[in-house]
Amino acid sequence: MSQTSDALEMPAPVETDSAVSVRNVSKNYGTVEALRDLSLEFPRGQLTSLLGPSGCGKTTLLKIIAGLLEPTSGEIEIEGKRVTGPGPDRAFVFQDFALLPWASVIRNVAFGLELRGVAKSEREAIAEKYINDVGLSGFEKAYPHELSGGMRQRVGLARALSVDAQVLLLDEPFSAVDEQNRRKFQEDMLELVRNENKTFIFVTHSIEEAVYVSDQIAILLPRPSRVSEIIRPTSFRGTDVENIRRSPEYLDIVDQIWASLRNYVE
Amino acid sequence: MILFGRRLPAMSSLLLWALLWEIVGQTGWTFFIPPLSEVLVTLFNVIGTPAFLKAMYETAYAFISGVFFAVVIGIPVGILIGKSRLLDELILPWVNIFLSAPLTALVPVLMVLFGFGMKSIIITTTLFAIWIIILNSRAGVKQINRSLVEMARSFGASPLDAFFKVYFWAALPEILGGVRIGVIRAVKGVIIGQLLISIVGFGALFELYSNNFMMSHFWAVLIVLFALAFTLSEFLAYLERRVSYYAASR
Ligand SMILES: Nc1ncnc2c1ncn2[C@@H]1O[C@H](COP(=O)(O)OP(=O)(O)O)[C@@H](O)[C@H]1O
Ligand SMILES: [Mg+2]
Repeated sequence: MSQTSDALEMPAPVETDSAVSVRNVSKNYGTVEALRDLSLEFPRGQLTSLLGPSGCGKTTLLKIIAGLLEPTSGEIEIEGKRVTGPGPDRAFVFQDFALLPWASVIRNVAFGLELRGVAKSEREAIAEKYINDVGLSGFEKAYPHELSGGMRQRVGLARALSVDAQVLLLDEPFSAVDEQNRRKFQEDMLELVRNENKTFIFVTHSIEEAVYVSDQIAILLPRPSRVSEIIRPTSFRGTDVENIRRSPEYLDIVDQIWASLRNYVE
Repeated sequence: MILFGRRLPAMSSLLLWALLWEIVGQTGWTFFIPPLSEVLVTLFNVIGTPAFLKAMYETAYAFISGVFFAVVIGIPVGILIGKSRLLDELILPWVNIFLSAPLTALVPVLMVLFGFGMKSIIITTTLFAIWIIILNSRAGVKQINRSLVEMARSFGASPLDAFFKVYFWAALPEILGGVRIGVIRAVKGVIIGQLLISIVGFGALFELYSNNFMMSHFWAVLIVLFALAFTLSEFLAYLERRVSYYAASR
C-alpha cells in the first residue's frame, strides 16, 4: 500500500538523488590509516547503514560527515554544499548518549534548540512533541540517571530529531541498550524513516540490525577501510515489521554479508 | 565510634576530648591550657563586644573578597588551561610551583608591592586559595566525556555556551572539591595576612591575647575560627554531595 503511493509520488530519478556524498575521503591518525579513498552516496530520505567489524573506521567516517573530524583528504557534500564543520543540517546521536546529567529530560531534548537561541517556551513545546514521539511522555522532569539505557537513548534520539536536521547520524545507537529494547528501537527506526523524510546514516556492527532497518547497506572492510559492497534490500521493505525477519531475502542477505565478513573476524 | 557494643552519636569523640581538656585545665598544669568551661564563658562574654565584632568584620571582609577573587579567576583559568594545550603548557608549571610553595615567604614581597593595608591581605588570601581551585577545575575539565564535548560542538555551541552550559557543569564536582580545599587554605591565608601584614581582625586579637597571656580569650577566638572554618567546609562538602549523583555518570 505505502509502496504504491511512494512510487506514484516519487519518480525514479529522485530516488537516486543523494543527500550526502562522500568523495575520496582518506583519514590518517598519525601513522594509522583509518580510511583510504572512500567514496559513498547516501540517498535522500533513506536509511543507509555502515556495517563492518569494529575498528574499521565507521565512527571515523561518521564524525567526518558530522564535521567533528577533518578528513586528511577528500571531501563531503551535504545537498551539494561542502562540509567544513558541524552544521544545522546534521544531527548526531551518540553511542554513549552524551546527555547532560545535570539537566532534565526536557532540557536535554531541547538543548540543541537552546544552543540555537530558540526561546524557552517555543523550544520546550517542540521538545515535548518529540519526547512524546519517542515514547517518553511523563518523563519530562526526570534526570538521565533515573532512566534505563534504552530510555536515555530515546532522549538522545529526541534531541537529534528536535533540531529538524536533514541528515541524522547515528553511531551504534543501540549498542548500550538491552536486547528487547533494541528490537523495539529498530521497529521505531523504520517508523521514523517512513515518517520523517530525513536521511539516516546508521552505524552498526550487527548484521541483523543493518539488514532489518536499512534501505542501503555499505559494508566496510578494515585497514584501511573502504567500501567493499553495497547491498540494497528490496522485497521486504514494504512488509510488516513483524514479517521482515521471516522474509527469504532478509535471511539471504544476512547470510551473504556474514560470508563476506567472516574472514575478518579474529 | 562504638563503645560496649553501642553506636555512639557522631560527635561523642569530641565530647571525650572536651572532657579531657576540662580535666587538664582544672588541674592547673599549665597556664597555657585553662579549663574549657572558662574558655566557653569567655567566649560568650567576648562574642558581642565591639572589638570582637570589628575583628570579625575585618576578617570576613578580607576572607570573602579573597575567596571571591580566587573563585572567579581560578575556575575560568582552570577550565581554559584544561581545554587549551598551549595555555596548559604555559601556566600549569606555575600553578604546581605555587601550590607547593611556602606562600608565607611571599607575604613580605606582597607588602612591598601592595602596601600594608587590606589590599595585601586580600591578595594573600587569594594566593593561598587559588592554585588548588585552578588545578581542580583543570582536572574536572580534563575528565569530561569526549562525546559531551562533541555533542556541544555538533549542535553548534558557541565557545561561550560550551563553557557555561557544558564544561562548567560537567566539571562542577571537581570544581567544588577544589573550592572546598581552597576555602580552607584561604582561612590560613587571611590569618597569616592579618598577622604579618597589618595587625587587624582576628590576627590582631590573637596578637593581643597571646602577648598579654589571656589564654582563655585566645582559645575562645580560636574556637570561633575553627567552628567557622569547619562549618564552611561542611557546607561546601554538602554542595559537593548534591552534585555527586552525576559525578559517576558523566
Ligand atoms: N583519535 C584516534 N587516534 C588514533 N587512532 C584512532 C583514533 N580514533 C580511531 N583510531 C583508529 O582508527 C581506526 C578506526 O576507528 P573507528 O572509526 O573508531 O572504528 P569503528 O567505529 O569502526 O570501530 C581504529 O583502528 C582506531 O584504533
Ligand atoms: Mg565506533
